[in-house]
Amino acid sequence: MKPPAFRYHAPRSLDEALELAVALPNSRWLAGGQSLMPMLNFRLVSPEHLIDLNRVEGLAGIREVDRAIVLGAMTRQREIEFSPLVRAQLPLLAEAIHWVGHPQTRNRGTIGGSLCHLDPSAEQPTVALAMDATLSIAGPNGRRELAMRDFALDLMTSALDDGELLVDVRIVPWAPGHGGAFVEFARRHGDFAIISVAVLLEADDGGRIVRASITLGGVAATPVRVAAAENCLLGTRVAPEEIDAAAKCCAMVDALGDPQVPAWYRQRLANTLAARAISLAHSRMKTTRS
Amino acid sequence: MDTPLAPPRPGIALPGDRSPSKARQVIGTRAPRIEDPALLRGEGRYLDDLRIEALHAAFLRSPHAHARIAHLDCAAAGALPGVVAVFDATAIARHVTNLRMPLGFPSATLQKDITPWVLSGTEVAFVGEAIVMVVAETRYIAEDALALIDIDFAPLPVVHDVHQALDAAAPLVRSDAVSNIAERVPVGFGEVEQAFARAPHVFAEALFVHRGAAHPMEGRGVLARYDAALDTMTVWTSTQMSHEVMHAVAVMLGMDPHNVRVIAPDVGGGFGAKYLTYPEEVAVPAAARALGRPVKWVEDRAEHFVSAIHERDQYWDVEIAVDARALILGVRGRLLHDQGAYTPQGINLPYNAATSVTGPYRVPAYAMEVLICQTNKTPVVPVRGAGYPQAAFVMERLLDRVARELALDRAEVRARNLIPPEKMPYEKGLTNRAGVRSVVDSGNYAVCQSAALARIDYAGFRARQTTARAQGRYLGLGLANAVKATSRGPFESAVVRVSPSGRIGVYTGALAMGQGLATALAQICAEQLNVPVDSVHVTCGDTGYVSLGMGGFASRQTVMAGSSVHLAALEVRNKALKVAEQMLEIAADDLVLKDGRVEVAERPHLHVSLGEIARKLKGAPGYSMPAGITPGLEATGMFQTNAQAHANMCHACEVEVDIGTGGVRILRYVAVHDSGTLVNPMLAEGQIHGGIVHGIGNALFEKMGYDDEAQPITGTFADYLLPTSTEIPQIEVIFFETPSPTNPIGVKGIGEAGTIPVAPAIVSAVEDALAPFGVQIAEAPLSPVRILELILGEQP
Amino acid sequence: MNSQHIAAVSEAGDARTDDASTEPASEPSRTITLSVNGRRQTCQVSERKHLADFLRQDLALTGTHVGCEHGVCGACTVWVDGVTARSCLMLAVQTDGSDVRTVESLALDGGGLSVLQQAFQDHHGLQCGFCTPGILMSLTELLRDDPEPDEATVRLTLSGHLCRCTGYQNIVAAALDAAAKLRAAR
Repeated sequence: MKPPAFRYHAPRSLDEALELAVALPNSRWLAGGQSLMPMLNFRLVSPEHLIDLNRVEGLAGIREVDRAIVLGAMTRQREIEFSPLVRAQLPLLAEAIHWVGHPQTRNRGTIGGSLCHLDPSAEQPTVALAMDATLSIAGPNGRRELAMRDFALDLMTSALDDGELLVDVRIVPWAPGHGGAFVEFARRHGDFAIISVAVLLEADDGGRIVRASITLGGVAATPVRVAAAENCLLGTRVAPEEIDAAAKCCAMVDALGDPQVPAWYRQRLANTLAARAISLAHSRMKTTRS
Repeated sequence: MDTPLAPPRPGIALPGDRSPSKARQVIGTRAPRIEDPALLRGEGRYLDDLRIEALHAAFLRSPHAHARIAHLDCAAAGALPGVVAVFDATAIARHVTNLRMPLGFPSATLQKDITPWVLSGTEVAFVGEAIVMVVAETRYIAEDALALIDIDFAPLPVVHDVHQALDAAAPLVRSDAVSNIAERVPVGFGEVEQAFARAPHVFAEALFVHRGAAHPMEGRGVLARYDAALDTMTVWTSTQMSHEVMHAVAVMLGMDPHNVRVIAPDVGGGFGAKYLTYPEEVAVPAAARALGRPVKWVEDRAEHFVSAIHERDQYWDVEIAVDARALILGVRGRLLHDQGAYTPQGINLPYNAATSVTGPYRVPAYAMEVLICQTNKTPVVPVRGAGYPQAAFVMERLLDRVARELALDRAEVRARNLIPPEKMPYEKGLTNRAGVRSVVDSGNYAVCQSAALARIDYAGFRARQTTARAQGRYLGLGLANAVKATSRGPFESAVVRVSPSGRIGVYTGALAMGQGLATALAQICAEQLNVPVDSVHVTCGDTGYVSLGMGGFASRQTVMAGSSVHLAALEVRNKALKVAEQMLEIAADDLVLKDGRVEVAERPHLHVSLGEIARKLKGAPGYSMPAGITPGLEATGMFQTNAQAHANMCHACEVEVDIGTGGVRILRYVAVHDSGTLVNPMLAEGQIHGGIVHGIGNALFEKMGYDDEAQPITGTFADYLLPTSTEIPQIEVIFFETPSPTNPIGVKGIGEAGTIPVAPAIVSAVEDALAPFGVQIAEAPLSPVRILELILGEQP
Repeated sequence: MNSQHIAAVSEAGDARTDDASTEPASEPSRTITLSVNGRRQTCQVSERKHLADFLRQDLALTGTHVGCEHGVCGACTVWVDGVTARSCLMLAVQTDGSDVRTVESLALDGGGLSVLQQAFQDHHGLQCGFCTPGILMSLTELLRDDPEPDEATVRLTLSGHLCRCTGYQNIVAAALDAAAKLRAAR
């Protein structure tokens, strides 16, 4: 299990990195390495060139810009985990990040690496979709921005073109008082989830839901927003039967099946966990009335 | 209920102790491990840590479950810079006496030509089978070369499952196989037909038990160095059996065993995976001799998944006959055992499984037909537990069934059938493979079960369960008993040697692979020589020090090697006292052996050190030895027995099942064990903890999955799930110590005991939790998917 | 062995000849300077060599073990710039300019065992010892960052490690005991 031969490049600037990607055939970006390195060790991929992003200036860090939180693509999961800004403004991400691997992998793993790798059951893409994140992309033809829903195209396939790389992720926090919950089921703690559910709820002064986001990870090839489930809650005060109805919508999503986890199980789990996540998110809401 | 049966330590007389009677000082203490300081500093020397420059080997392995090798050309691989040699079957054949590996255990009845190849030349029969060995300057380059090997396969029909193997229309597992059934073995005793004919109740179960692979954290590895001037071969290998490897290498390389030295360095766990001689352990030494340079191969995890042995599938169709009081009248059935593509060792795993079903219970009549089925999968050899976990699963599932059908309490059904202490020693009606009648030597099973039930508050459980169910939580309690016949013979070697420097050495054919064997043996030696435990130096598994040895398997080493060390240390002690008697001119009765010297009681300034005695006994040219004394302050112990010390255990656990996900959380786990005299209770607890967690893996997590083409689908630690710390509860261990009469220390083996009752206890608990759904469970492991399937009905 | 490899040379210039770099000339390699266990070293290393192999083969620091090479088992865990990392999931060349610490750095200056190491012996927190170096690195990090961890926290940290021998229980006990002793000594 040794990597095949490649040439290693460690650019210092974004421009340098982008130039290398244009100049070098069959190259791969190396971010935190927690997915790419195993693939290299198994020789599942054989790039001729690895372009290491770890020394590129300005790709890491968490900052607040115009009421949005901007996370550099090379921001380590550990930094997210311990960031007061994330805990205060993006509690859903703060909760989800504890489910990502283990402390030892979060020390290296990056949010950008996870978003670009797009493992269907990874937590960070699920949160990014749940929070309508905007992804800033740099490439040989300049910058562009994509919404997460347009970025995750298919199973482990992002909308990045050749030579493009993710620069940062912009997430607008929900209003104070909103309730959120990230719930998942994995065989062992730290494993990729079989299913994860991210829920965000915001209510008016009367406790009626005015904004809802319900996202499933691990069910389909990419994370899925379940608008039907969100609609079950909008305008309601989240009574048990409304939670049931929303959860049932989550069980209707087309699910992947494999020899170990059949599709019906994923759907069943979506139902169970969606109900739990909605209840939890609802219980965490702080409406002015209550 | 926690009071041990045996009197508290110290105070146990040492059977066979001819020295002035004394209480045990060292045996029974929680002595810190002498192995630890080096390992904690990162100074362990595992196979790949040895500072010996060597070339690196890598193996091309079959990606097909069954195929003919249609074309093979290694020229491009051989031409890669840094590659030193490439061996395919034809090339390696010039350097070995036989392309086929020797069978591990002798068998007159097993099919011929059933062992693996050193390298496979014409046909491959499982994914992972070695075909070509590349030797290069680095492992990186060796792996590069593998990719350059030009090979074409013609796929052949695959046998993917034991049921398919039995089908008359099924393809043959290998073209040289006579049948997919390697052997049929009938096992039993008593009047089975009669028992079933007159039984008021007969219940049948069709059970599936899967156990995964061993997965020591260190994989396998071999380093070989040949010295042409001396015609000697030194093989370092991460093995559980140095002496067996020595003999196999000698035979396969056409060398005399005396010219082959096999050394096990620090071994990073075995669990059965290192209890056989593998093809790589022949191929690597052959390459080292052929090239005249040391060669090293270190198995990586991807290889370990497919080329180190598994245990895998057993299907049991069984019936139990009981009378109106639930007393067992008989058990019978058929075991289909998945042996994989080859049989490297023998039939010990299915034989153990079939002969240990009756376990701690009185069963007057028993018959099991064992069909050893070959499939196109990795060969099967015992993993920790060696068939006993499957057997316990079968028996305990049957007893749960009896309890349910007769509306009796599960614990009560067991209590009625346990072998009572007054029946000890109890003849089982079976013979072990030594040809000796299997006799359960000692133990009080009912007391152990009572202790487990008391600790887990069995009496109060139904109330807890009812309360929880009212809150929508599903709790269950399970229990299981088991017995393990430990201390497999025929012998183990131990030399206790005091060198002229005064250093005390213990040399043994037993093999340390993490249990703390060196500490245990040092304690047994220190007990006799009255020295600090850490002043005893223990060398395990180096054939250069002891000519004979068996190694580490069947929970045998503390019993067998421990007894040998005890006998040898006793002899050294007595000899030292006799010599000191002459040197000090004081009667032995007035001498005290302590702190590495013999001194005169109450006149400690009169003394002679063990080193001085050893110098005296090394002899001087022409001078006489002390009167009546043989040379050397050393002795060899060869404790020899065919009897087995039977360890017993009762486990009880409480679980919660999440009916929304099928997830199982173990809330409490109680383990009551009687492994006889405990040499070191701290190490014994460690063995129980590790064994139980292995069992939890078998019950809930570990499954070596294959698809219908016999392609493995769990080839990484991300999909083959070893238990992790977050899934494991605090384990509560209670020991009883009924000394075994089979050996001078009274000890019974413990290495596998923890694993054996776990799956039946957990499955029983899950079934209990899901009783409101009428769920009945006939399999292990249980995945959340399967649990939800059982709750919802077969076709959700 | 290829004689053209370049031995790792420390800043002080004392050539390490015991187990020097083993790169064949054909391997693309680069020179890196890093601190390993407090000692600055400049080495020529193959670009594709992972950090675990570099530490073990080039620097003879064989305490760091390789158990799975896909980042799950945790045996190869070391510290890179003050935090734990899987050394099988990093390239050695990535540590240019870094501070790397391995299990060999844990013992006290006088050679005695650290509080955590001693607790492992006291509580029988290791058996075969193969996974232990990685676990020690993770728990040393935990005890630095969280002086009062509870059992659940210790188990979460440990969940990034596989141990087949111990069942984890005595490791947890060792970590909690070491934490208490470190607090008492403060």
